[in-house]
Amino acid sequence: MVASLYAPSEANKALWVFLEIEGDGFASVSVELLSKGRDLADRAGWTLCGLLLGSDISDRANQAFQYGADEVWLLDHPLLAQFDVCGYSHATMQAIKEGKPSVFLLGATANGRDLAGRLAVRLRTGLNADCTDLILDEDRAVLISEVTGFGGGVIALLESAEHCPQMSTVRPGVFIANDPDPSRQGDLVEMKVNLKKAEIRSRIVARHVGEGVDLTQAPVLICGGRGIDGDFESLRELAALVDGEVGATRPPVDEGHIDRERQVGQTGIVCRPKVALNFGISGAFHFIVGIQDAETIIAINTDPEAPIFNHADYCIVENAHKILPALIKTLKTERE
Amino acid sequence: MSDLEIVVCMKVVPKSEEIRVDKESLLLERTGVRSEINPPDMNALEMALLLKDDQPARISILSMGPPFFEPILRVGLAMGAERFFLMSDREFAGADTLATTYTLAQGIEKIGDIDLIFCGEESADGATGQVPPGLAEWLDTPQVTLATELTVDRKKRIARVRREIKGGHEIQEVDLPAVISVKTASNEPRFIDYHRKPWAFEEAKVVIWGHDDVDVEDGYIGLRGSPTVVSGLREAEVRERRKEFLRGSPEEVAKEIAKRLQGILT
Repeated sequence: MVASLYAPSEANKALWVFLEIEGDGFASVSVELLSKGRDLADRAGWTLCGLLLGSDISDRANQAFQYGADEVWLLDHPLLAQFDVCGYSHATMQAIKEGKPSVFLLGATANGRDLAGRLAVRLRTGLNADCTDLILDEDRAVLISEVTGFGGGVIALLESAEHCPQMSTVRPGVFIANDPDPSRQGDLVEMKVNLKKAEIRSRIVARHVGEGVDLTQAPVLICGGRGIDGDFESLRELAALVDGEVGATRPPVDEGHIDRERQVGQTGIVCRPKVALNFGISGAFHFIVGIQDAETIIAINTDPEAPIFNHADYCIVENAHKILPALIKTLKTERE
Repeated sequence: MSDLEIVVCMKVVPKSEEIRVDKESLLLERTGVRSEINPPDMNALEMALLLKDDQPARISILSMGPPFFEPILRVGLAMGAERFFLMSDREFAGADTLATTYTLAQGIEKIGDIDLIFCGEESADGATGQVPPGLAEWLDTPQVTLATELTVDRKKRIARVRREIKGGHEIQEVDLPAVISVKTASNEPRFIDYHRKPWAFEEAKVVIWGHDDVDVEDGYIGLRGSPTVVSGLREAEVRERRKEFLRGSPEEVAKEIAKRLQGILT
């Protein structure tokens, strides 16, 4: 049996969260993980630590304290200004060897997955990917990660009790972010980073980020499926009227009617809106996974037997092309 | 300058639309379910083939799995790959990502002198997306995931890669050798080349490697090399909904929806 770099018996009862920098703060999933981590740490009497990597970013440690971190481990180095997976792996490894956490959580974002996948191998430990829930069994000091499998119909519980740190990447949007507490403080642990230029093996030569869309935070979600025949223009018009975002099932994405970043469901984004309006969607389980946490679900489909109606609060058996213009017209009239 | 040596990692998965879960055991029902090449791996192979259209290169398919993978993955030879290596042994079975990436990395080492390793973004059945970074770690190479376009400068030994990120894209340059995961649906995999068909499906010799053919440590492969344990399975809960049917003309229904939206959002 392959042994991890340090044994569970050597590990500290600490839960680490990778803090992914985005804009002036953190990626939403990092805040969600701090909130969930706070809850798990409180129940088990563990320490919650944020791992902060970057260049000239010490001021962000306070944000992490306000969101619940007891400690922030700061790795500040000019070569960490951009995310390079080799450089970030090297620096993170340095901190993990020092802090020996029992659990290490990362957001299942592009960079979070890259880093997690490499580190798990370097640490010779288990990695559970794209988890939808976390349970901390405090008696055994074991993290139990929930993942959805087989198209969403089955939940599997995974653990790697014999290896440390126990690592999971967590899907954005599954945990609710707490509001920051401005009075909350914590301990800053500054680490001297030993990183040489030769360790950075990729260079970002250009970056284009447009209007980034974050469906996980949208209060109103307007989704279209095969039954709207690519008419996302109407969905956008409707979304603009209710301050919503447009999402889609996989077929319209595959057919190029809408960007893949708006695909909702098992292989796309899991949302938690107040209301999800679904037009021309039959309701395969791998799509339902993406909207099942909505407070209210409204579905419009021509087929009265469509599975989506089993998951909807309000069901309308009608052609989406008839309801859409009528609804847009009604909402416009109301506005006047 | 020598030709580019490329490995494309591919696997076979049950067809997603045919997946059924046994209500009792909560395990996949395997009987009667057809298999296909993991769709994202087709995008990975296509990216390698596009590169070969452009400059001298040799493409090897590498897979780990049971013998029935062989006839299915021969499609890759018909599309344009030159070689096919299948790591097949009961000892490899039950591997999680740690053991899978270790075993594949040992296979890549055995093929030797590789410039680029392409993988699909994730597998349709496991959907972890953790194999490409894990492979890169074992091989001690850089990695770029979610690539949509790629060019190679053989003289400078770098790859220039367009990578999808949240809300946009970035262009990265990486040193070769490198592991690249290819964004699903980022290209249109080509049809098989009918001239290659007789060779690909009949004459081509597939190299099958068992546990004794590669340099692997027993503790690192298969179930024994896998830290991750499935400790429970249950059916996903379905939240009870009102299931109230709204009836009437489209205009009447629209008014009903608007009324409820107002109630929810204010």
